[in-house]
Amino acid sequence: MSAFMTKTLKALGLAAVAATLAVSAPAMASGGAAHPHAPKEGFSFEGPFGTFDQGQLQRGYKVFREVCSNCHSATLLSFRNLGQKGGPFYDEKYKNPNDNPYVKQIASEFEVPDIDTDTGDAITRPASTSDHFPKKFANEYAARASNGGALPPDLSVITKARHGGARYIYSLLTGFKNPPKGLHVAEGQHYNPYMAGALATQWSGDPHHVPVGGVLAMAPPLKDDLVTYDDGTKATTHQMAADVAAFLEWAGDPHATLRKKTGVAVLIYLLLFAGLTYAAYRKVWHGKH
Amino acid sequence: MSDHPSTYEPKTGVEKWLDQRLPIVRLAYDSFVDYPTPRNLNYWWTFGGILSVCLMIQIITGIILVMHYVPHVDMAFNSVERIMRDVNYGWLIRYVHANGASMFFFAVFVHMFRGLYYGSYKAPREVLWILGCIIFFLMIATAFMGYVLPWGQMSFHGAVVITNLIGAIPVIGGPILTWLQGGFAVDQPTLNRFFSLHYLLPFVIAGVVILHIWALHVTGQNNPAGVEIKSKEDTVPFTPYATVKDGLGIILFLMLFSVFVFFMPNALGHADNYIPANPLVTPAHIVPEWYMLPFYAILRAVPDKFLGVVAMFGAIAVIFVLPWLDTSKVRSMRYRPVMRWFFVIFVVVCLGLGWCGGQLPDDMVFSIGTSASGTPIGLNYVWLTRGLTLYYFAFFLIIMPWIGLKEDPLPVPASISEAILADHAKKKG
Repeated sequence: MSAFMTKTLKALGLAAVAATLAVSAPAMASGGAAHPHAPKEGFSFEGPFGTFDQGQLQRGYKVFREVCSNCHSATLLSFRNLGQKGGPFYDEKYKNPNDNPYVKQIASEFEVPDIDTDTGDAITRPASTSDHFPKKFANEYAARASNGGALPPDLSVITKARHGGARYIYSLLTGFKNPPKGLHVAEGQHYNPYMAGALATQWSGDPHHVPVGGVLAMAPPLKDDLVTYDDGTKATTHQMAADVAAFLEWAGDPHATLRKKTGVAVLIYLLLFAGLTYAAYRKVWHGKH
Repeated sequence: MSDHPSTYEPKTGVEKWLDQRLPIVRLAYDSFVDYPTPRNLNYWWTFGGILSVCLMIQIITGIILVMHYVPHVDMAFNSVERIMRDVNYGWLIRYVHANGASMFFFAVFVHMFRGLYYGSYKAPREVLWILGCIIFFLMIATAFMGYVLPWGQMSFHGAVVITNLIGAIPVIGGPILTWLQGGFAVDQPTLNRFFSLHYLLPFVIAGVVILHIWALHVTGQNNPAGVEIKSKEDTVPFTPYATVKDGLGIILFLMLFSVFVFFMPNALGHADNYIPANPLVTPAHIVPEWYMLPFYAILRAVPDKFLGVVAMFGAIAVIFVLPWLDTSKVRSMRYRPVMRWFFVIFVVVCLGLGWCGGQLPDDMVFSIGTSASGTPIGLNYVWLTRGLTLYYFAFFLIIMPWIGLKEDPLPVPASISEAILADHAKKKG
């Protein structure tokens, strides 16, 4: 009985660790939306050893620049971030990203607000590498006025702010569908099974089978060959969605690769330290148990 | 143990000089080197040391975070992101601090369940236990206020929900709520005072921890056999025996910690907290951090808001009076064949409450069909929670006093040495 109890308690201890994960996971389950998935070829940055594919980040930046940024901002991102180690335009020749000519060129394409120090007038000037990506609209009202009343969210940390992260971005961008028969979708709205929402009030069909997903004001933003990739990759909708999802994943967590690398080193160190301490423990406690 | 005479002998001139003026080295030596530790402590006892490490990690990372954080409703969110992006190793410091809270609670739950199983709250350790309960309560308050500081959606709306609980108190609730929030809603004054208190309380916790360790060293440690130390044969000196064992426990714990920090730093958080706070948009599903979920479940199990608040605080208050609810003469549940099964059920119930706290109350645990209008029939979470809440309170208020009187305990060993010999005999036979 006692041995059984000990086993039971040990099992409970492990169960507590598992529950730590399990209990928190369902707490994050969002409303009735389809489960986001990765592209067929997977994401190179997933898993404990995953890293970003620099080519993909560059393509993703292009999609962001030419498509997303027409409505969405990413104000937490600085231009210099693009040239930091692990970033889309990192070049070993330029350890300091502010010296990177590619990054300088990208920054200069943007106008940022400033003050003329001679006159005190509000002006704009070409951005420098140390500037943040500028806001797309002057304020929330301007953003809504230009987007049919909807507010395009800032994309700086969008992959951390949505369940499923990059998978969600990829699934949403490729998941637009014609609404099922019986679902009323208002003018200017678009049905997407990956969008969080509750569609029961818009549904006139079988109440047992309310469609999953929700509606959003963003029209399907991607179509084949919308951008021309510099590296010759064919710009299919799936390719662009995967690339921009990877770029946004990087933008939301630019130190992820360093974090994982550090983690591997820390765990190896702790494992050796644990082995050493266990050996010391055996020697110290010998005969005392 | 208080009657343990000091064996510290200052060797150098400096030590002798200091010992006659402030015997601080003597105190440290007597507490952490020569301190007699029961020989039979198992790995569940390493969580005390683990918790001191957790507190130190939180305070050190917290102090660094404060150097970069801006407690302003318009800047707090971005300042946290700036820490993660632009401060050297800021991502590490912030992820350690955020995950550190979860690790701290995981360790404290294990520590409390251990105390519960081995009767560590029973005489003469009541004050030790109550000090621990105070630390736990302070931890909850500190963690809650810390979670508000990034000023994300879940921070803000969590703060709204929890502060509004105070408003449920009849008559005086309203004015207290306004005083607490610093206005008529959660806003800049609330953020500022939460920041101030979040910085203060960890040092209060550290103070109570010192009292907790002091009380521990007065009564001596409990042990798996639950019998007091009788002779020198029962103990080993803290160093090297307990230090090496605690050290191993701490390293293994840090490995679990590292897995979260480096490979899944946001797994224990909620995605909505990466959306800047917006008072006009309420998240679909407001949930606290996982370690608060059991108490959140109890709160929601009661239909009346005020009584729900009473039940939630009652769930913590009942732990304080535990030493006087247990009527058993035997300390350790090793020798309590009936009670330990109720304990196992209690652990499962607590995990179950945590599970329920993360669900929508009206969602179904399982359904056996649907009514004509499409409403599912079966057990929903709120009723499961009510059942579990009932057991939670019954465990302390009915089972503890009643089983203690009725149960026939197994024979308790006369001493720790005898318990160890009996274990050896069992392993061989």
